[in-house]
Amino acid sequence: MSATLPRAVHPAAWWGWAVGMAVAVSTTNNPLLLFLALAVVALVVANRRGSSPWARAFRLYLWLGLFIVVVRVVLHVLVGLKFGDIVLFSLPEVTLPSWAAGIQLGGTVYLEGLIGAAVLGLRLAVIIACIGAANALANPKRLLRSLPSALHEIGSAVVVSVSVAPQLAESVQRVRRARQLRGDTTRGIRSVPSVALPVLEDTLERSLLLAAAMDSRGYGRAGAAPRSHRLLTGAVTLTGLLASALGIYGVLDTSTPALMGTPALLLGLSLSALGLWLGGRHVVRSSYRPDPWLGAEWLTLGCGVVAAAALVTVSRTSPESLAMPLTPLAFPPLPLAAVVGLLVGALPAYLTPEPPRPASRMPQRGAREEVGARG
Amino acid sequence: MADAISLSRVSVTLPGSTRPILREVDLTIDEGELALVVGRTGSGKSTLLGAICARVPHFTGGTLTGHVRLHGRDTRDHRPRDLADLVGVVGQDPLAGFVTDTVEEELAYGMEQLGLPAATMRKRVEETLDLLGIAELRDVPLRELSGGQQQRVAIGSVLTAHPRVILLDEPTSALDPTGAEEVLATITRLVHDLAVTVVVAEHRVERVLHYADTVVHVSPSGEVRSGLPSDLMVDSDIAPPVVELGRYAGWSPLPLSVRDARRAASGLRTRLTATLSPGQDRPIGQSSHTPAGQDRPVGQSSPPPDDVVLAARDVVVRYPGDVLAVAGVDLDLHVGQVTAVMGRNGCGKSSLLWALQGSGILTSGTVRASRRFAGARAPATAAAAGSRARPSTGSGAAGRAVERSGGNTASDLVEPRKLAAGERRSLVGLVPQTAADLLYLDTVGAECDQADRESGVPSDTCARLLETVAPGIPAEQHPRDLSEGQKLALVLAVQLTADPPVLLLDEPTRGLDPTAKAALSTVLRELAARGRSVVVSTHDVEFVAEVADRVVVMAGGEVVADGPTAEVVVSSPAFAPQVSKVTAPGPWLTVDDVRHALAGVAS
Repeated sequence: MSATLPRAVHPAAWWGWAVGMAVAVSTTNNPLLLFLALAVVALVVANRRGSSPWARAFRLYLWLGLFIVVVRVVLHVLVGLKFGDIVLFSLPEVTLPSWAAGIQLGGTVYLEGLIGAAVLGLRLAVIIACIGAANALANPKRLLRSLPSALHEIGSAVVVSVSVAPQLAESVQRVRRARQLRGDTTRGIRSVPSVALPVLEDTLERSLLLAAAMDSRGYGRAGAAPRSHRLLTGAVTLTGLLASALGIYGVLDTSTPALMGTPALLLGLSLSALGLWLGGRHVVRSSYRPDPWLGAEWLTLGCGVVAAAALVTVSRTSPESLAMPLTPLAFPPLPLAAVVGLLVGALPAYLTPEPPRPASRMPQRGAREEVGARG
Repeated sequence: MADAISLSRVSVTLPGSTRPILREVDLTIDEGELALVVGRTGSGKSTLLGAICARVPHFTGGTLTGHVRLHGRDTRDHRPRDLADLVGVVGQDPLAGFVTDTVEEELAYGMEQLGLPAATMRKRVEETLDLLGIAELRDVPLRELSGGQQQRVAIGSVLTAHPRVILLDEPTSALDPTGAEEVLATITRLVHDLAVTVVVAEHRVERVLHYADTVVHVSPSGEVRSGLPSDLMVDSDIAPPVVELGRYAGWSPLPLSVRDARRAASGLRTRLTATLSPGQDRPIGQSSHTPAGQDRPVGQSSPPPDDVVLAARDVVVRYPGDVLAVAGVDLDLHVGQVTAVMGRNGCGKSSLLWALQGSGILTSGTVRASRRFAGARAPATAAAAGSRARPSTGSGAAGRAVERSGGNTASDLVEPRKLAAGERRSLVGLVPQTAADLLYLDTVGAECDQADRESGVPSDTCARLLETVAPGIPAEQHPRDLSEGQKLALVLAVQLTADPPVLLLDEPTRGLDPTAKAALSTVLRELAARGRSVVVSTHDVEFVAEVADRVVVMAGGEVVADGPTAEVVVSSPAFAPQVSKVTAPGPWLTVDDVRHALAGVAS
């Protein structure tokens, strides 16, 4: 498949890239690098997102980020530990008992402390923007479709429940409007029984219809797996899960024997993977137009990994270059390796194939109006 | 020929019921046949279809005795999913059965479950898109399609699995006449080009009968008969107007299509034409009023004429996202008149009704209702207005006087949307498309009491109304267990408790069998005779011919035709009832019209 033809890049590749960017961002609180990372993520989203509703949700993540920065700063002013030399303004301070030593209610606000709080907020905001970018770039439904086939039925259930949510909102609106026709305009908690019952009935009825339809179309057709095979799959998966649980416990609790830590976790994870593979082998099911994993996917994933590796390496070798100098306050440095690493993260914006543009089509007035009229 | 479907001695008892809904059914449907299943609501049509696709009893529960075999596979040992490669099932509401969200993925879903190779799936999706003529819709979200397109996608989505039998449960009941034609054309194409066996259950028999090879009649007692359409229609309790006309005129064989009837009807047409007096183009006594407001300038503000109970001027409804649903409609509703609003799905009918009632969006324009007709529960004799004059003679436009003195004065006119919801419904009542949205209590009696309290009327008012609208519904029954027709009757009674002078009904005929439809039409005629103004939006041309005095046709949010029923429906083939097509160019719309015309001569 030529890289120049428009197609959707595999959703897992976008998630890999986004996680890489998030890891990179989490190592630094240098505002220059944070803003650079934000610009990189925004550029890739702007260049490669599709036309789906969730692709338009990226700005919501940006607003959420801004909100986080503001909250972080306000909290610092109200209850944060203030430090620094440059006084901005003073608030009346409340003396707290000694056990509340980590909290300072009010008090003098210094520029250094304020900038420090804002930078920390900014780091969280950029990490959230990275996750938002993955959401905007990767169709969540396609991601579920690429689940291992043993998990396919769970994936279908998730897809269905995701599409039911807007229907539920629609029925609530419709029933509320219908209530007005009976002269009932009660709002709030007292209207719950009169709205909830018809909505619930409606939802149940739709679910049953959908379940019947899916059944008749072959959903859940058991593969012809022999009984011994099913037992083996179950045993392997269960052992794997147990070993993973033990392993996690071992990793987190330092007092346990070393064997219970990482080795048990690795064994558990590989057994679980084996169980999934065994379970999927007998599922008679195929995928229509599965997303291919080609050069563009490797490239996207690779760019994320390079960005993460660059920042992590810099943080090992010269951690001070990734920090915002606060005492004394100074202009942040600009480490070349980190900048290059983040810029590599921007490559997918130009080197991956363009997303397919749907044929322009006026929205069907009919269907929309019908929905509107009911809703 | 091989049997595609065979039922031997099948009886079905649904859970919670003691009486079998199907009794000792023996039925064989050959490969490549188009079988039409007819029967009253609740007679077990859906159960029969469910038994064929193994949903009964695997999915619904209940007991099934006997054997159902599809191409040799017994549903005893095969669950619905095990028959997915053999049977395709299409329901009434296509949207409710969609699993994915774009056309292409929906077409592929069934094949994915069957585990077909990717190359085969690609090929079949393309073939099916072409077969159904929906190739240009491949990437479109399913929710944005029109009803007819959705139903075609639903058919396509079962077709890709190459089933040998397709079951359709009322596939056209939610569709406008054009959408229904699209779907039926698709179905006949499947039968003729692919030799698929098709079983269709349908209330609107007139749409499908002439395509059917076999008719399967399910009686309320659970017995099933099958046979050639012309044999079964002789005494079927469900019959399209052409068949009733054929029975009345004594034609044999019975006509099944307009074409058959038209060829048989030359004698009848001559006799009918003889009943018309010279120079008259309509039956004697047919009311010929033109709706007031047609000839007046738009947007004038003087009080409307005396018999106008609701006047809408320049109504515009615009939804967020710049969807223009109603584009400047002027409409006057007169006392004692039943107005039908017709038009394809999404032409703005529902939006208009909601805007007229005042609870829906009204972007601009005015809707003013007259208070003069509200309040006092009009006794049956008080309304001299507008008794429908078609069968009798004498009372025409001249008889439509209003007894109360004085015209509409400015103080009588109020905008319903500015009133409180309770007062609004005492002026304009609306029965919405999903009528059951209004019901939320656990017995019919409780709903009635609640309605009495809401309207501040003596207790028992609603219960008595319900008794006249649909007699014999026990007060302790749960509203959810009522049939579609009974639910509609209950909601109608609830809305009539407030005794609004204007009653709007949004698609009330959906899912009603002919008996329930006839009962509804009687109720609406009685309301009109009592001086109420009734507006019905519907796709059902035969129902319109029975009930409406006036027809308003909408397209793209505008009114494209407005006039007496006979004039409007006869002029358009899509909206003409069957009898009118048979007797054209005469003005008779229903079998009753023909009967009265000829009886008038005989007497």
